[in-house]
Amino acid sequence: MAERYDAIVIGGGHNGLVNAAYLARAGKKVLVLEQRHLVGGATVTEELYPGFKYSVFSYVISLMRPEIIRELNLPGHGLTILPLESTLTPLQNGEYLYRGSDPHETRRNIARFSPRDADAYQDYGHTLFFMAKAVKYMLGIVPPDPTSLHPKDMLGLAALGKYLTGLREDDIYNLTKLMTMSAVDFLEQWFETDVLKATLSASGIIGTFLGPRSPGTAYVLLHHYMGELDGNFRAWGFAKGGTGAIAEAIASSARAFGAKIRTEAKVSELLVKNNSVRGIVLDNGDEIFADTIVSSLDPWQTFLNLPPNGSMPEELLTDIRKFKFKGSSAKVNLALDALPQFNCKPENSNFLRGAISISPSLDYLEQAYDDAKYGDFSRRPYMDIIIPSMIDPDMAPPGKHVMSCFVQYAPYHLREGNWEDKREALGDAVVNTLAEYMPNIKDIILHRQVVTPLDIEERIGLSQGNIFQGELSLSQLFFLRPAAGWAKYRTPLKNYYQCGSGTHPGGGIMGAPGRLAAMEILKDGGH
Amino acid sequence: MPLPTPFHTRTAQHCTSAQWRNWSGYMAAINYQYTHDFEYYAIRNAAGLIDVTPLYKYEISGPDAANLVDRIITRNAHRCKIGQVLYTPWCDDDGKMVDDGTVQRFSEQRFRITSATPNLWWFQDCAYGMNVDIQDISADLGALALQGPKSRDILREVVKGIDFNKLKFFYLAEGKAGRIPLVVSRTGYTGDLGYELWVERKHAEKLWDMLLDKGQKYGITPAGLNALDISRIEAGLLLLDVDYISSKHALIDARLSSPYEAGLGWAVNLKKKRFIGRSALAREKAAGSVWQFCGLDVSWPEIEALYGKVDLPPLVAGVASRLAVPVYSGSRQVGQATSITFSPILKKYIALATVETGDIMPGSKLSMEITVEFAREQAEATVVKLPFYDPPHKRS
Ligand SMILES: Cc1cc2nc3c(=O)[nH]c(=O)nc-3n(C[C@H](O)[C@H](O)[C@H](O)COP(=O)(O)OP(=O)(O)OC[C@H]3O[C@@H](n4cnc5c(N)ncnc54)[C@H](O)[C@@H]3O)c2cc1C
Repeated sequence: MAERYDAIVIGGGHNGLVNAAYLARAGKKVLVLEQRHLVGGATVTEELYPGFKYSVFSYVISLMRPEIIRELNLPGHGLTILPLESTLTPLQNGEYLYRGSDPHETRRNIARFSPRDADAYQDYGHTLFFMAKAVKYMLGIVPPDPTSLHPKDMLGLAALGKYLTGLREDDIYNLTKLMTMSAVDFLEQWFETDVLKATLSASGIIGTFLGPRSPGTAYVLLHHYMGELDGNFRAWGFAKGGTGAIAEAIASSARAFGAKIRTEAKVSELLVKNNSVRGIVLDNGDEIFADTIVSSLDPWQTFLNLPPNGSMPEELLTDIRKFKFKGSSAKVNLALDALPQFNCKPENSNFLRGAISISPSLDYLEQAYDDAKYGDFSRRPYMDIIIPSMIDPDMAPPGKHVMSCFVQYAPYHLREGNWEDKREALGDAVVNTLAEYMPNIKDIILHRQVVTPLDIEERIGLSQGNIFQGELSLSQLFFLRPAAGWAKYRTPLKNYYQCGSGTHPGGGIMGAPGRLAAMEILKDGGH
Repeated sequence: MPLPTPFHTRTAQHCTSAQWRNWSGYMAAINYQYTHDFEYYAIRNAAGLIDVTPLYKYEISGPDAANLVDRIITRNAHRCKIGQVLYTPWCDDDGKMVDDGTVQRFSEQRFRITSATPNLWWFQDCAYGMNVDIQDISADLGALALQGPKSRDILREVVKGIDFNKLKFFYLAEGKAGRIPLVVSRTGYTGDLGYELWVERKHAEKLWDMLLDKGQKYGITPAGLNALDISRIEAGLLLLDVDYISSKHALIDARLSSPYEAGLGWAVNLKKKRFIGRSALAREKAAGSVWQFCGLDVSWPEIEALYGKVDLPPLVAGVASRLAVPVYSGSRQVGQATSITFSPILKKYIALATVETGDIMPGSKLSMEITVEFAREQAEATVVKLPFYDPPHKRS
C-alpha cells in the first residue's frame, strides 16, 4: 500500500522541523523530507576537518522565539544557548572599539572616541528597545491583509492599529521613519564616531544586497535587535554544539511527538488533482501521499519549481518572480592551530568570547559594497566573526580553535568568471583582510572552508544564496511576504502551505514562520 | 573586615568586577566578571573554578572516630567505606536539623566533616565520653571546587596518582599536583560532573596556577557565588539559613526543620540503633511530616502576562533570589519558596519551596507570589520533583 500521512513537510531546515513538531504535537501523522544527509538546512554543524566542528552557514542564534523553546521543550532535547555578549571592532592602527555587557566599560570605550557618543549610546539603546518592542508584536501574529475585507483581517488590523496607538508618539514617528531609512541616516541622529556608526550599521546590511546608506537598511538593523527583548529568557547567543544543535533539538522534539524525518529524500514535484495537493514525488520517482503538504523552501522553490506547470495563477507567479533574492553573503570557516593574536589589546580579555566585527569605518563598508555593485566580491569585505571554540570547548580539540567568518559582499552574479573558479580567491581576500588585524592568522590555519552564494544555493536550496530566503526589504515584509494576498502561509493550491523564512516574519533562526504556519494549518481543520 | 582566603592573591586578580561577599568571615567573589553568565555556563559547559575555602572543616580521629560520626549523622558512618564520601544532615535530640555537609572517610579512624556553620562545640559535646580527637582545620585547608563537564579532563592533566576513570561519584582519592599533595573528592554543589580539591593553605596559590594553566584549553573560568547559587538551585540542593534554619539558630519552633521536611528523608537511616535525634525522627516517620521540600516550575507565560499588563518585558531577577515569598493553593497559603532563580539552561523560572504535605504532590498546581512593578501578584507554579537539572555526565 502506498505511504500516507496527514502532512508532509518539504525541507528539514529549522522552520520545517518546527512546523512538523507542532503538527505532530497536535496529533497529526507527519513526515519531513530533507534532501541532504542531515537536517538543519542553514542551521547545521559539520565536522569537515577531523575534530573541528563548523557551523557551516548560520552561526549565532538571536531571534529564536521563546514560546517555541518552551512549547517544544528544546532545553530538554539538548538545546543550550551560551552567552555571546561583546563586540570588538579592531582598527588597523591597533586601536579598537569594544562594547560588552558592562555598560560602564562600554561607555568608557566609546568615550575614547567621543564622550558625547558614549552618553548617546544609552539613549540609543533605550529608543531601540521601544521600537523593537513594537515590531516584536508583529513577529508573533499572522499578518492581517490590509486589502481584504474579511472580518478577521479587519479585526487583526484593528488590533494592530490599537497596538501601535499604544506606543508613544515618538516611537511611532521613529518606527515609520525606520522602515524606510538607511541605517546610517538613522544612526546619525545619535552618533558622530565613524567606527561606531559603521559597526552598528553593519547589522543593517546583513543578508541584503544593500549598503549602509541604502534606504531600508534601518529596519534590518532592528530585525537583528529583537532578540534582546525577552528579558532573562535571552534567546540570544551561541548554541552549544553549533547551530546544528538547534536543528537536532527541534528534530528530537518532533520525533518525540511522533513525527518521522527522512533524509536524502529530495522532493521533485507536487502531485496535484483538482487544484488540490495529494502528495509529492521524490527525485527517485517514489510517490508519497498526504492530506496536507507544507513547503519550508523559499518562494521560488515553493511556487515556481515544485507545483506542476499551470497549477498556479499567472499573476502570482509574476509577483514571485519579482521577489528579490540577490544573495550577497559568503561564509569562511577556519580550523586554527592556536588562537589568533590581535594588533589591539582590549582591556577586557574576554573579547575572544564575543563577536569580532571587521567594520572599521563607513567608507570601508561602502567600498566593500561598491565592489559588489559592479559584480565583484569585496576585496576587503565586511565580516562578522566568532570563535565558537572559545565559547564551547567541544567545537575543537583542546587548545585548537574554529573561527566562523560571515562575509559580505559576495554577489551571486559575478561580472567575470564563476564561483567555482573564484572560490579560493574569495578565501584569500578574507584571510588577507584578517591578517591586517590578526598578524599570525596565516600561520595557524589548518583548514579552510569557503562557502560561496552558489554553494549556499546548491547545497541547501536557498535561491541565489540569499540567507533569509529573500531580502528583508520593506516591499517583501509582513503582508507582502512573499506576495500580497498570500502572506498567511496558504497558497492558491488547496492544502498546500508555506512555512519557510520566505514567509512572515522572515529570516533568521527564529522558528516563527514554522510555528505560525502550523497554527494556521491546524485552524483550517481536518487536515 | 573579612579575611583573604589562601587563594586570595589569585581570586583578587580575576575579580575584575570587585564584587565580594562576606562568606563565613572570608572574602568570596560574587561575580568575577561584570555578570555571572560566563561563570555559570562554565560550570554547565566547561569548568568553573570556585573557591570554597570558607566552608567549615573538621578532622575527627581516634579509636572512637567512627562511633562519634555515626552518633552525629543520620546516615550510617560504619558503612562508609574508606575513600567514600557521604552527604548527610545532622540533627539535635528533637530530630531537627543542625546542619548538613559531607563526611569523608580517610581510614578506619580518621574522618573529615565539612559544614556550613561552626560545629566544633556541637561535635565536642556529642563526643562526651569518647576516645576521639576533634580538630577545626577550617583555616589550614584551602578548598577549590572544579565543576563542569570538562573538570575531569583538566584534573587528568594536573593531578598524578589518581585514576580518574575509577574515582566514582562521592568517593575521594589522594594524589599530587606536581609536588603538592592534595585530596580530590568527586563532590560538589552544582549537580554537574565535578570535584573538590583540598589542599594545605601554603600550596593553595600554586595549585590555582596549575589548574588555570592546564585548564585554559578546556575553558576553565573562575566562578563566583552567583553562578554557584543558580547551579545549586537547579540541582535542588539546600542552603542553610536560606532554605532551612539550623535548630541552633531558630528563634521559634515554627522555624525548625527535620530532614524529612527538608527533602532528606533518604538520608535518615532508622535501621541504625542509635544516633542523635533518632527517636524523634522515628516518631515523625510514623506520624508523617507536616512539611515537604519540593521544586516549583513557575509558569513563564504567566510571568510574561503579568509583566505584559504593565507593558514591561519579564524583569525577574537574573540572579538567584533568597527572599522567601508565599506559596498558595487557591487562596490559602500552603508554604513558602525560599530560593528562586531563572534557570538559564532550562529556560525556566524555578524555585525551591517548603509546602504542606497531604494533597500536594508532583504535578499539583500552586501559585507563587511575584512582585510586578511594586504590586503583589501570583503566578502559577507546578510542583516538580527535584532536581530540576540532572545531566547524565554527573555520574558518568
Ligand atoms: C551563510 C548564512 C549565515 C547565516 N547566519 C545567520 C545567523 O548567524 N543567525 C541567524 O539567526 N540567521 C542566520 N542565517 C539565516 C538563517 O540561517 C535562515 O534564515 C534560516 O536558517 C532558514 O531556515 P528555514 O528552515 O526557513 O530554511 P532552510 O534552512 O533553508 O531549510 C530549507 C531546507 O530544505 C531543504 N530542501 C531544499 N530543497 C529541497 C527539496 N526539493 N526537497 C527536500 N528538501 C529540500 C534544504 O536542504 C534545507 O534543509 C544565515 C544564513 C546563511 C545562509
